[in-house]
Amino acid sequence: MQTALQFGPILIHLDLLLRGLTKSIQLAALSILFGTAIGILGAVGRSFGPRFLSWPIAWYVELIRNTPLLIQLYFVFFSLPLFGFKLSSNTAAAVALSIHLGAYATEILRAGIESIPEGQIEAAKSLGLSRYRIIRHVILVPAARAVYPSLSAQFILQIMGTSIVGAIAAEELTAVANNLVMQTFRSFEVYIIIAVIYFVLVQAASLLFAGFGKLIFRWKQ
Amino acid sequence: MSLRDFGPNELMFLLLATRWTILLALIAFAGGGLIGLLVAAIRVAPARPLRWLAAGYIQFFMGTPILIQLFMAYYGSSFLGYRPDPWVAAAVTFSLNGGAFFGEIFRGAIEAIPKGQWEAATALGFRFTRTLRLVIIPQAVRLMLPPTVGFMVQIVKTTSIASLIGLTELARAATQVNTVTFQPVMVFGTVSLIYFALCWPLSLYAGYLERRFATGMTRKVEAPLVMSAV
Repeated sequence: MQTALQFGPILIHLDLLLRGLTKSIQLAALSILFGTAIGILGAVGRSFGPRFLSWPIAWYVELIRNTPLLIQLYFVFFSLPLFGFKLSSNTAAAVALSIHLGAYATEILRAGIESIPEGQIEAAKSLGLSRYRIIRHVILVPAARAVYPSLSAQFILQIMGTSIVGAIAAEELTAVANNLVMQTFRSFEVYIIIAVIYFVLVQAASLLFAGFGKLIFRWKQ
Repeated sequence: MSLRDFGPNELMFLLLATRWTILLALIAFAGGGLIGLLVAAIRVAPARPLRWLAAGYIQFFMGTPILIQLFMAYYGSSFLGYRPDPWVAAAVTFSLNGGAFFGEIFRGAIEAIPKGQWEAATALGFRFTRTLRLVIIPQAVRLMLPPTVGFMVQIVKTTSIASLIGLTELARAATQVNTVTFQPVMVFGTVSLIYFALCWPLSLYAGYLERRFATGMTRKVEAPLVMSAV
C-alpha cells in the first residue's frame, strides 16, 4: 500500500496548519485594508488632485499591474534593508501585498469615479454642495458601490496571492505546507489538504464580501 | 562584499532567461486557449451533467491559488510514480488553470450573443456544435478578444511562480543573480523592466481593443475577474 493516500500523518499537525491559516488571513486582511486605503487615495488623487500627482499615480498603477507580484515581493524584501528599513519577512510580505493591491484598487475605483454621470455632479453643484461633499457623497460612495463586485473579486485574488509569500520565508499557510512536506514526505497529500483549506477560505470570503456589500450599500438600490 | 557586480554578463543572463518565460507563456496561452474553448462549449452545452462537470473544473482552478495547483502537479507526479519535471508540471498547470479562466471569458462572450441566433440556427436544422462553430463563435470572437489579450498579461506574470518549483526562467534567474551580486535594486529593477516590456504592450493592446469594440456592442463582456493573483 505504498501508493495509497495517507492524510493521517499530516492531520496530526493540525495546530501548525491552523497557525499558518491564521497568518494567511492576517496578511490578507492587513493588505486588503492598506491596499484599499492606497486605492482610495490613489483614485481621488488621480481624478481630483493636481496634475503633478496624477502622473506618478498613473505610473505606479501601470508598473505594478504589469510586473509579477513575486518580483515585487523580492524587491521589497531584498531592497528595503539596504535603505535602512529592517523588515521581518512577514512585514515585507504585508508591505508588498499592500502596494500590489493598492494599484489594482486605484484602477478599479478610478473606473467607478469615471462612471458617475456628469449630470449628477452638476446637479450637486447647483444644489450648492461643497466640493468635499460632492466628492464624498455624490462621487465616491456611488462609485464604490458600482465597482464593489470588481473590488471584492480583487480581494479574493489577494487572498490567493498571499500563497506566494512563502517564497521569502514568511510563515503563512503555504510555507507551513512546505515545512510539513519536509517532515512527513507526503507532499501530494499535504497540498491536497492545503488546496481544500484555501478553497473553503475563498468560498467563505466570497460570502463574507457579498454580505458586507449588502450591509454597507443597503440604503439605496 | 558581493562576489561580483551587476554587469553586461548578468544582464545577458537575465535576457536569456526571458526566453523561457516567453516560451512558458506561449505554452500556457496555447494550451489554456484550447482547453478554454472546450470548457466554454461544455458550459453552454445542452447536457446538464457535463455543464456541472465544467463548472466544478472552473470552481477548482479559480478557487484555489495557482501556486498550490503547481505544487500538486509537481509533487503529485512523483506520487503517481513519475519523475517530477518542472517544465511538465508548469506546462500542465498553466494550461489547465488558463483553461478555466479562458473558459469563463469565452462563455461570457458566447452568452452575450442573442438567443435568437441560436433559435434561427435550430430552425435551419443546425445541431449544437455546428451552431456554435458556424454561427455563435464567429460573432463572439470580437467580444472575447479584449479580455483574452488582457489575460495574456496575466499569463506572462504568472509564469514567474514556476521559479518556485525550480524552473529557471526570468524570476529564478533574478534570484540567482541577486545571490551573487547582492544588488537587489539593480537586479529586481531590471527584471521588473523586462516583465514590464513584455506585459505593457499587451495591456495597451487590450485597452485599445476594448475601446474599439465597445462601440455598437450590445453588452460588455468583462473578464471574469480583474485578475492579479500573482
